[in-house]
Amino acid sequence: MEEHLVDWSRAQFALTVMYHWIFVPLTLGLGFIVAIMETIYLKTGSQLWKKTTKFWMTLFAINFAIGVATGIIMEFEFGTNWANYSWFVGDIFGAPLAIEGVLAFFMESTFFAVMYFGWEKVGKKFHLLSTWLVAIGSNLSALWILVANGWMQNPIGMTFNPDTVRNEMVDFWSIILSPIATSKFLHTISSGFVMGSLFVVGVSAWYLLKNRDVAFAKNSILVGASFGLIVSLFLAFNGDESGHQVAVKQPMKLAAMEGLYEGKTEAGLVAAGILNPNKTATNDESEFLVKVEIPYALSILSYRDPKAFVPGIKDLVYGNEEYKIMSVKEKMQKGKIALASLEAYKEAKKEKNEQKALQARQTLEENMQYFGYGHLKNVEDVIPPVATTFYAFHIMVSLGGWFVALFALLLFFSIKKDIQKYKLLLLSALWSIPLGYIAGEAGWVVAEVGRQPWAIQDLMLVGTATTHIATTNVIISFWLFALLFTLLLIAEIKIMLKQIKIGPEGEH
Amino acid sequence: MESFKKIYNFYFDGFKNMVVGKTLWKIIVIKLLLILVILNYFVYDKSLKTQYKTEQEKSDFVYKNLIRSN
Repeated sequence: MEEHLVDWSRAQFALTVMYHWIFVPLTLGLGFIVAIMETIYLKTGSQLWKKTTKFWMTLFAINFAIGVATGIIMEFEFGTNWANYSWFVGDIFGAPLAIEGVLAFFMESTFFAVMYFGWEKVGKKFHLLSTWLVAIGSNLSALWILVANGWMQNPIGMTFNPDTVRNEMVDFWSIILSPIATSKFLHTISSGFVMGSLFVVGVSAWYLLKNRDVAFAKNSILVGASFGLIVSLFLAFNGDESGHQVAVKQPMKLAAMEGLYEGKTEAGLVAAGILNPNKTATNDESEFLVKVEIPYALSILSYRDPKAFVPGIKDLVYGNEEYKIMSVKEKMQKGKIALASLEAYKEAKKEKNEQKALQARQTLEENMQYFGYGHLKNVEDVIPPVATTFYAFHIMVSLGGWFVALFALLLFFSIKKDIQKYKLLLLSALWSIPLGYIAGEAGWVVAEVGRQPWAIQDLMLVGTATTHIATTNVIISFWLFALLFTLLLIAEIKIMLKQIKIGPEGEH
Repeated sequence: MESFKKIYNFYFDGFKNMVVGKTLWKIIVIKLLLILVILNYFVYDKSLKTQYKTEQEKSDFVYKNLIRSN
């Protein structure tokens, strides 16, 4: 496979997903915040809360409308750029996406209409129910695609059928309830909730700085900061669980996240640091130019034991007998056996030699978990881009910490003081809106760059997954998508800003 | 019949009274047109679905790619 093509296909998918992820988190979070605000309106009967709800609902609609269908491009790309992959994953990927289409999409779109058109036409309680169902439906949409992504990170609940060259689902619930999928879902939607909260407190802070719509802005900050504090604390708690799952299922990703080349017991977690750019798995240079470490924290995070051994990149590539870690070289041998068995099976079937086919199938099944290693050229190819993964992880975690502090401060000053007097805090809230997007994108960089070179962990390389199409086609479509998404983003920002300037008293 | 009329009026009035929604719908239509029509017909003319008719042909194609990558 031409490397140029693989890189462009990769870049195109990354571009699509990263732009898609600009729109999604706000939808996930703002939906629930609007539902909370409407609940308060129903409880209090206050017209201010009604106006507050309608204002944020309009911004929710703008974001939803601009973002809708950007995800369809990804599904389109699966068929065109990643045809080998799409076939290989079979119904495991297809089933969750189909459920998403049927259940969540219809749920969202039906109640979306009631939410916007039904203010004076349906009962207040039914309207509120619709708002909650739109919020829940949006998050259910995310569930299915994240289950599919979780399976790619930890492929379970399936069996490979050599006749069809597809993986077939044998245990739906183990795929849905896989620890990687559940922690990924919770981590992702809660990051969306944090984004929604940051957006609400940031925009409200702007009103307070401008000294307009003060009561509305204070109400909004109170809801945004309360919700934000709860979900950002949950995000941190769940991030710990995600880290543990990564350590167990994708130890190479964890090693890259921490820039850990040499495995160690009682491993410390790098709180901040600068990687040595000259460090590779094949030299003995030091890993960091400078770093600040939290003692034992990496061992605790990884295996819930302060003395646990955390394998480094070198252990995972070259093996470690003491800790029973198989080398990539050995895995490559098993992978090549798996590929040869598949070939032998197909030949035996053609010759109608059932005995030979059975033997080949047994050997294939014994080595199937290393299938993807058969396509590797060098043992070091399993190392993901360490610097990108490390810095993205630390940016995400640092910003996550800042968001907890920001929400706590906003909540404290909202309740105990006149928050409008604290300009620096309000400015911080306003400027934290882009930081929320950066944190969310960084999280996806960790998840996806950190698992390179795999499209499906241990089973299929990105290079194998790519369709053999003209590189020019991919380059043209890359730039067309880039243009389209940039125009959509500009449109969203312009319409949002216009609506924010109009404020809660204007028409929606 | 009365229920259908109510639902029809609900949507009709809703769309008629939209303010920001009108701009959003224009964007959605243009976007879908670009995504589904232009890119589908002008950028990608070949995919596994269009190139091969039967499941067996598709399976053979992917199998060959897996073995060739070895």
